[in-house]
Amino acid sequence: MYYAVTFALIITMGLALARAIIGPSVYDRVLAMNMFGTKTVLLLAVMAFILGRPDFLDLALIYALINFIGVLAVLEFFQDRASRREEENEVES
Amino acid sequence: MTLALLLDIVSWLLLSAGGVFVFIGGLGALRMPDLYTRMHAASVTDTIGPALIIIGIILQAGLTLASVKLVAILLFLLVTGPTASNALASASLLAGNRPEFAKALSEEERQ
Amino acid sequence: MTIIFSFFLLTMLVITAIAIVRIRDLFAAVMLSGIFSLLLAANFFLLDAADVALTEAAVGAGISTVLFLSALAMTTDKEKAPSSNRIIALIVVTTTTLALIYATFDKPAFGDPDAPIHQHVAPWYLETTREAIDIPNVVTAVLGSFRGYDTLGEVFVVFTAGIGVLFILGAPSGKPRQTTDLHSEGLRHYLVPRVVGRMLTPFILLFALYVQFHGDYGPGGGFQAGAIFAAAIILYALLEGEQRALEAIPRSWLIGMTAGGALLYSAVGLVSMLLGGNFLDYSVLLENPVAGQHIGILVIEAGVGITVTGVLLSIFHAFAARDKF
Repeated sequence: MYYAVTFALIITMGLALARAIIGPSVYDRVLAMNMFGTKTVLLLAVMAFILGRPDFLDLALIYALINFIGVLAVLEFFQDRASRREEENEVES
Repeated sequence: MTLALLLDIVSWLLLSAGGVFVFIGGLGALRMPDLYTRMHAASVTDTIGPALIIIGIILQAGLTLASVKLVAILLFLLVTGPTASNALASASLLAGNRPEFAKALSEEERQ
Repeated sequence: MTIIFSFFLLTMLVITAIAIVRIRDLFAAVMLSGIFSLLLAANFFLLDAADVALTEAAVGAGISTVLFLSALAMTTDKEKAPSSNRIIALIVVTTTTLALIYATFDKPAFGDPDAPIHQHVAPWYLETTREAIDIPNVVTAVLGSFRGYDTLGEVFVVFTAGIGVLFILGAPSGKPRQTTDLHSEGLRHYLVPRVVGRMLTPFILLFALYVQFHGDYGPGGGFQAGAIFAAAIILYALLEGEQRALEAIPRSWLIGMTAGGALLYSAVGLVSMLLGGNFLDYSVLLENPVAGQHIGILVIEAGVGITVTGVLLSIFHAFAARDKF
């Protein structure tokens, strides 16, 4: 019963990976990383029930958490870099 | 029809619908022209997809600790998914990427 | 059927690895390495290794990405073009790969019950865990009690890595930040992530405590809990600014935590020696040897969690403070 969903999730993970490799700007890649993380959470939740081990759901919760913190860290970093570039441009001009 | 069979059918429908939404969102994230339209497509996979899939699994798991954990996972995804999209869109706008229709509009104004 | 899923995930792993090597833009490589960690942890999960998958998730996908980005902030973001002729390197790598693949033909099949690894040590561990330690998670029993000396070594490796990074990057003198304009305050002026982050931080900390003490009964333990705890404080530092995070957990506490966890672990070993047993023999800690094992594992896992939290936060603060002068 769960196999169709698992295939849909794995194919979507492949599509997100394609976007991460192709994506012209860095924000496309951040979007792809975020999407990949949430698909992994769902994949783990479904696989925990396929393998018959519902006590592995802690893993999915931790993934969701870490994915969120990772995306915010990446955004903070880009914003910091962009603001530092602006300051350098102002200093030069 | 016994209750177990009914639960199986409903959860199978929910799981399939969730899988379809996730796939459509993923396809949209790959084929859409602009960053912001891709974010719209990707957020479909973050909200309605997990909601349907996890409710489908909860119907299979019954009233156990696993269902409580699944509800926690669903709440967490529903709270942090849109927040991450918001943060990403704000960061991208502040860095200067404007959406395509805004670029097209300003070109029309110039003409 | 799970074999087909493993096949797909491993194919995506190979594609990601090739993309990481070929892409010249280093930010993209860092993000692809985050995706690589997620795929690897999903593979570990399919191989039924939950503790390893949990540690890979907690450390690889979140904290490694943050540290790589902090390091990238101090250098350039495009890799230089390959300069020399790399045919020799390609030949060496190909030969080694073929030799390794040839060597795997001699290994027993995955999950084969007649394999030597299932004949000698593994049944003994499973039996003795039920009799002497009586906790459901055999991995924690092996890690904490049977091979506790190795885990002591691991904790000291983490401690050494922490002080190594602190030696190289140094602890700054604590001058306040010079610029106060809006741009350099991080995500502080994004309202929605701040509110949501403030709402979530207590639950993340509570979940870290749950993972720490639930290691006996499910996947979990000290390493994973330390990483999640550090991730919660890093979230706070990202949203409210690094100064507020240093007010919440000052540097002196971080140094104390880094050293204190390893000392706590060794202290348990010494106490058990003073009570008449061997080093790190927990059965002598209490009247009932099984309860002694439980309390021994509890205290050493707490020591591991404290050290891992201290080290990860020290490294993060060292990078972040250096980056902004």
